Amino acid sequence: MDDRNNKASRRQFLKLSAGAVGAGVASVFLPGLAGTAAAATHPMDKMLIAAAKQEGRLNVIALPPDWANYGKMIKTFEQLYGIRVHSASPDASSAQELQAIRSLKGQGRAPDAVDVGPSFALIGAKEGLFQPYKVSTWDSIPSGMKDPGGLWYGDYYGVESFGVNRSVVKNAPKTWADLLKPEYKGMVALNGSPLGAGAAFGAVYAAALANGGSLDDIGPGIEFFAKLAKAGNFNPSSAKSASLVSGQTPIVVNWDYLNLALTVKNKHLVQIDTILPEGAPPYGSYYCQAISQYAPNLKAAQLWEEFLYSDAGQLIYLEGYAHPARFSDMVSRGVVPEKLLKELPPAKPYKEVQFPTQAQSEKAQKMLQAEWTKAVSV
Amino acid sequence: MQETVAGKTPAGVRLRPVNWLTVLFIGPFLFYVFAFLVLPSLRLLQQAFSGEHGFTFKYIAQLGQAQTVTAFVNSIILSSVSALVGLLIGGVLAYLILRPGAPRGLRSMVTSFSAVAANFAGVPLAFAFISTLGSLGLVTLWLKGLGINLYAQGFSLYSVTGLIVVYAYFQIPLMIIVITPAIEGLRGEWREAAENLGANQWVYWRHVGLPILLPSLMSAYILLFGNAFSAYATPYALTSGSLALVPVEISNVLSGNVMLSPQTGAALALGMIAVMVVIMLFYAIAARRAGRWMRR
Repeated sequence: MDDRNNKASRRQFLKLSAGAVGAGVASVFLPGLAGTAAAATHPMDKMLIAAAKQEGRLNVIALPPDWANYGKMIKTFEQLYGIRVHSASPDASSAQELQAIRSLKGQGRAPDAVDVGPSFALIGAKEGLFQPYKVSTWDSIPSGMKDPGGLWYGDYYGVESFGVNRSVVKNAPKTWADLLKPEYKGMVALNGSPLGAGAAFGAVYAAALANGGSLDDIGPGIEFFAKLAKAGNFNPSSAKSASLVSGQTPIVVNWDYLNLALTVKNKHLVQIDTILPEGAPPYGSYYCQAISQYAPNLKAAQLWEEFLYSDAGQLIYLEGYAHPARFSDMVSRGVVPEKLLKELPPAKPYKEVQFPTQAQSEKAQKMLQAEWTKAVSV
Repeated sequence: MQETVAGKTPAGVRLRPVNWLTVLFIGPFLFYVFAFLVLPSLRLLQQAFSGEHGFTFKYIAQLGQAQTVTAFVNSIILSSVSALVGLLIGGVLAYLILRPGAPRGLRSMVTSFSAVAANFAGVPLAFAFISTLGSLGLVTLWLKGLGINLYAQGFSLYSVTGLIVVYAYFQIPLMIIVITPAIEGLRGEWREAAENLGANQWVYWRHVGLPILLPSLMSAYILLFGNAFSAYATPYALTSGSLALVPVEISNVLSGNVMLSPQTGAALALGMIAVMVVIMLFYAIAARRAGRWMRR
């Protein structure tokens, strides 16, 4: 990632990137998908599908079915192309995905494509674990979100939100400052250590942006959580979906797409609100796709990427409440169904979303490592 | 292992015949130790000293960072105290249920419960304690009703003290399981002999019971220490890293979603091995002293 980190370029990120999609867009109606979808039309498209079908198998890793709608994504891909998807270790972390590429080299069950956090995408690219591939919709992926050489490319993003269990919490918090109120004693939790869990790291960063910090200074975020701990409101246990639903951790700071998915899934059980905190620039983070250097089913992997980045695949992400990389482009082309847009939180905050550069992330990690446990003692 | 063949060598020297049964059983064990203990340790050693440009002390030097030192101090305090709690309470419990006069059903009940509880750890255990002793836990609220406010008195489930309480849940049962055979090995005749010579309870334990049990108690303590020292899932689920502990630090740099530094993990693991080695050395010295009366 380049170090341009002025606000303008980040706003650029969500604006429609120039560059129309390649020539001649054939509209194909995919059964079971909302709206019509433009399938990718590479000159090699038919050949790619044929070659991928020949392989007949795709190995993916670390894709939980209820995360960004990957369950449906895999099912749809299988139905569409008749390729069997082997989904290994759904709960693996980014570090474990890279390890799988290294250690399964040359085996038939080695991962073909991975879905990793940005810092791991950079590590993988540096180590030569990926091979470049540019999908046919490449130009409409925002430039701040992809490797210019096509080694990795952002697939979906989310912003930090409060997931609130309304059967425990009568008055839902609206802002970061609200979390300090005495009525939320022992209620506010993260999904793990900010030094190990991406969403927890993002939560501290988001608190920094809301309290006078910046992408260059995570300090105020650490101070905020220190205050939260002092007030007795910080619940240091690692939140799980179950602990939010059962009310053991009634307020969880997590990615919007995870909280929203929980909201819908538990509709009949308990009311879970997903709240984007007001009065603060939203903090966002995306995940990245990359094809393994040692992919045993290369053509299937390329077809998988084409599918993920087609309008149809991007809409499946959106149905799972994760904003797909090509969201702005699709909204401007009017291919996102109105009904789907209604289910999402208001679009405005997403226009101001902030992503840190790699250098900023690393600086923040160093500071967290040194300060977190000292500041946040319960 | 010496590869010799029974029979005569050309020189006519008779070699000792190989006991194939021994080879059959000890061989795989030695291989296992080599493959799963020696090799990984060597790999750790190599990893901890290799940077991007060959040999480096950079990662070992990181062990001196304030936050790493804190993690080691916390881990050592937590492990030694929770092992001591397990040793004392578990040891006394084991003695009580094994006494000749103890009710028969009690023993089987305690041992079967121990077998289950000693293996109850990780996320389920953490959440069981959050539901009971957390800031909104059942017992916490119940005590509040009685006018005892745990959290106002400075107790927190998410601190070292809290973790010691949680660890006791599996340390005590583990102690009962491992010390039972040693206590059963105390022969009734010894007690009778001591009593005939005029010893009371205290004198018997001071001069006969405890000295015989001492090596077993020390081994049990080390086992409990190691058990707590390497516990990871339970403290992670309870503290999400707000309490610095070595295993949690290792997982952050090795298998997290935020950063990756396997060499730092290797250096931390070496540090853990060093702590265990020091403890084993203490044990070896103490065991020789404790066992002296046996050799007389």
